[in-house]
Amino acid sequence: MEEILTMVEEFDRILVLGCGGCTTVCCAGGAREVETLATLIRMDRKQKGKPVETLEAVTELQCEPESVKPILEKLANQYDVVLSMACGAGVQTVAQLFPNHNALPALNTLFTGRAEEHGVWTENCLACGDCVLWRTGGICPVTRCAKSLMNGACGGASEGKCEVSKDRPCAWQEIYHALKRLDKLHYLKQEPQVKDWPVHPGKVVREDLREGEATRVD
Amino acid sequence: MSLKAALESGKFVVTAEVAPGKGTDVEHLLEDAAVIKERVDAVNVTDLQSSVMRLGSMAFSHFLTDVGIDPVYQVTCRDRNCLALQSDLLSAWALGIKNVLALTGDHPTMGDHPKARPVFELDSVSLLDVIGKLNSGVDMAGNELKGKPDFLPGAVVNPGADNEAALDLQIMKMETKIKAGAKFFQTQGVYDLDAFEKFMKRVEGFDAKILGGIILLKSVGMARFMNKNVAGVFVPEPLIQEIKAAENKAEASINIAVRLVEGMKDLCHGVHIMALGWESKIPQILDTAGL
Repeated sequence: MEEILTMVEEFDRILVLGCGGCTTVCCAGGAREVETLATLIRMDRKQKGKPVETLEAVTELQCEPESVKPILEKLANQYDVVLSMACGAGVQTVAQLFPNHNALPALNTLFTGRAEEHGVWTENCLACGDCVLWRTGGICPVTRCAKSLMNGACGGASEGKCEVSKDRPCAWQEIYHALKRLDKLHYLKQEPQVKDWPVHPGKVVREDLREGEATRVD
Repeated sequence: MSLKAALESGKFVVTAEVAPGKGTDVEHLLEDAAVIKERVDAVNVTDLQSSVMRLGSMAFSHFLTDVGIDPVYQVTCRDRNCLALQSDLLSAWALGIKNVLALTGDHPTMGDHPKARPVFELDSVSLLDVIGKLNSGVDMAGNELKGKPDFLPGAVVNPGADNEAALDLQIMKMETKIKAGAKFFQTQGVYDLDAFEKFMKRVEGFDAKILGGIILLKSVGMARFMNKNVAGVFVPEPLIQEIKAAENKAEASINIAVRLVEGMKDLCHGVHIMALGWESKIPQILDTAGL
């Protein structure tokens, strides 16, 4: 919170912009969190004797320009800065669309994951661009193994737990159990795998979707 | 005789291990190595073991070649990407190093720079594959080399993996490592010869030489520490009691090592003795075990 208050201290009209996608689902940047954050900022600034105006809005998906533009245009001239409660991709969409406004990140984006149980999330995908889940029992070794090993377990696991942390299961032992359940253990007897790591920053161009793009007004 | 020749000769091979320390002082390590020079076929040099930053394995392996010891240059994938690994391998060959032990490596969180960014672009298997490519005269990208190495590639296996899944995974990975070119294996420390015999039965017919690992037990505390903290190492309670009851702990440790060497003589192709600073005791162990 301190970090956010420092980020916004030079601004007097703040648009707190949530996202209806992932950050709503993981209770970090949806309508409820937008309301809470805006309230906290107003309270803090009132206390400091430097009141602030806050606007609250939630985009459908902040990583989609079509979802962000109408909202920001409608509210134009009512804010000096956008405090985004989307992931880093959302913040950068805002920054790119409105280069004359500051776009500030209210969240620290941690990972692409899933809800393990209520209130618990785990990292599950590193977006490596070469999915092997079909032969690893639906468990990603690139993400779930601390060393991203592609050729089976290292010797570091103890009682089924990773050498990095006792509360982390060995991904390769989980893969083993899953493949055994599926009667596909032979998938593990493979040729040596060398992974091609993706070059960052990534970019995807779908020519089929770009047909007619020339007529689109950006 | 080189390690390669020793393994090919069919004799019972003995290797040992030294670990460079933190800093540039190598004198005591060279003294440790000199004590065993005439008794072992090769000496491993560890690569930042336990992820603790230390003097490098290539430099010390080279020092060993200077004094006539055949080094096993340990290389992990923790700290270098594929460019650095390939370049280091070429450099090592140019410095006279002929044996490489390909390891994945411990995670940095295990060591003294726990926040260091791990690399692991390659792993033990893909590193073996790369060594094979370099040996054949091309790099990973398929570019031709001007002057090529002829490394003897080795790897490790943990016969003491603590559950069925872990052990099956170890054995499957061992097969993959052999496919990727591993010619010899040095195992994690073994204390239970019955369990080791069962392991050796499971890998019967594998096309590689297997050297059983022996870690000298220096104290009761060390045994308990390894049982708690070192994956795949299990010191049975009777051995701990044997050290505890002994008036001369070093002698008890030597006796245990001798029994392990003798037991392994009929099970595998050699032993890899990790003396952890007790290199001076290795000749006595080998004498008593009749090697």
